[in-house]
Amino acid sequence: MTAWLTTSLTVVALLVAAVAVVYVVLDRSIDRWLLGLMGLLAVGTLVQLVTGLVAVVRTDDDVSVPTVVGYLVGLVLVPPAATVWALGERSRAGTAVLIVAGLLVPFLLLRLDQVWAAAGV
Amino acid sequence: MSEARSHGLGRVLIAVYAVFALAATGRSGVQLATKADEAPVPYVLSALAAVVYIAATLGLARSGEGWRRVAWLACGVELAGVLVVGALSLVEPDWFPDDTVWSGFGAGYGYLPLVLPFAGLAWLWHTRDAPDAG
Repeated sequence: MTAWLTTSLTVVALLVAAVAVVYVVLDRSIDRWLLGLMGLLAVGTLVQLVTGLVAVVRTDDDVSVPTVVGYLVGLVLVPPAATVWALGERSRAGTAVLIVAGLLVPFLLLRLDQVWAAAGV
Repeated sequence: MSEARSHGLGRVLIAVYAVFALAATGRSGVQLATKADEAPVPYVLSALAAVVYIAATLGLARSGEGWRRVAWLACGVELAGVLVVGALSLVEPDWFPDDTVWSGFGAGYGYLPLVLPFAGLAWLWHTRDAPDAG
């Protein structure tokens, strides 16, 4: 996978988680800054999906295509699903949902990289 | 209203359950589609785990007595599953040539699969008297 994209997405996702933690502690509800970060994350996962699919088509390695596509699609689903679920309740709990999403995205990226790297050996 | 299943802490709990529903569905889907005959026991258990997590997510998220029962049943099966499969995977590793979500009590997922059913059951108990409006 594209290293700079993985790194950027991880940074943005962890930033979402960190900001969400601060908001939960301060009891602030989700505002446009947090939504903006989630939007950035959503766009990033879409870019990841496209570049990832191109990489899957182009590679000669014996990569598990369903697994890689599963992680790529899963990544795209997380930001919108988490945002909708978080906005369903304007409270600390709603904001806390974004912590889960912010931690989940780096985990998915890590697994995606592991699956991708394993095929290249 | 504030104590309904899908509010407050329940909202975060449902999000985590949804993650596991997605993860278990993805894992069992890939396993069954690509190598079903290699390790039937773990792959069938992965599929069972997927169904349990989906049922628990829906049961917790949707209002109504019926869905509450679904949530109780799903969290109960989940607890039994992670304990039985976790123990068997350590005692009889030969039965598990490939991992399931519940292998080693969920060690591959930071033991979250072991903690989650306790959290789910505790939340259902905590919200047992809530008027089930949503």
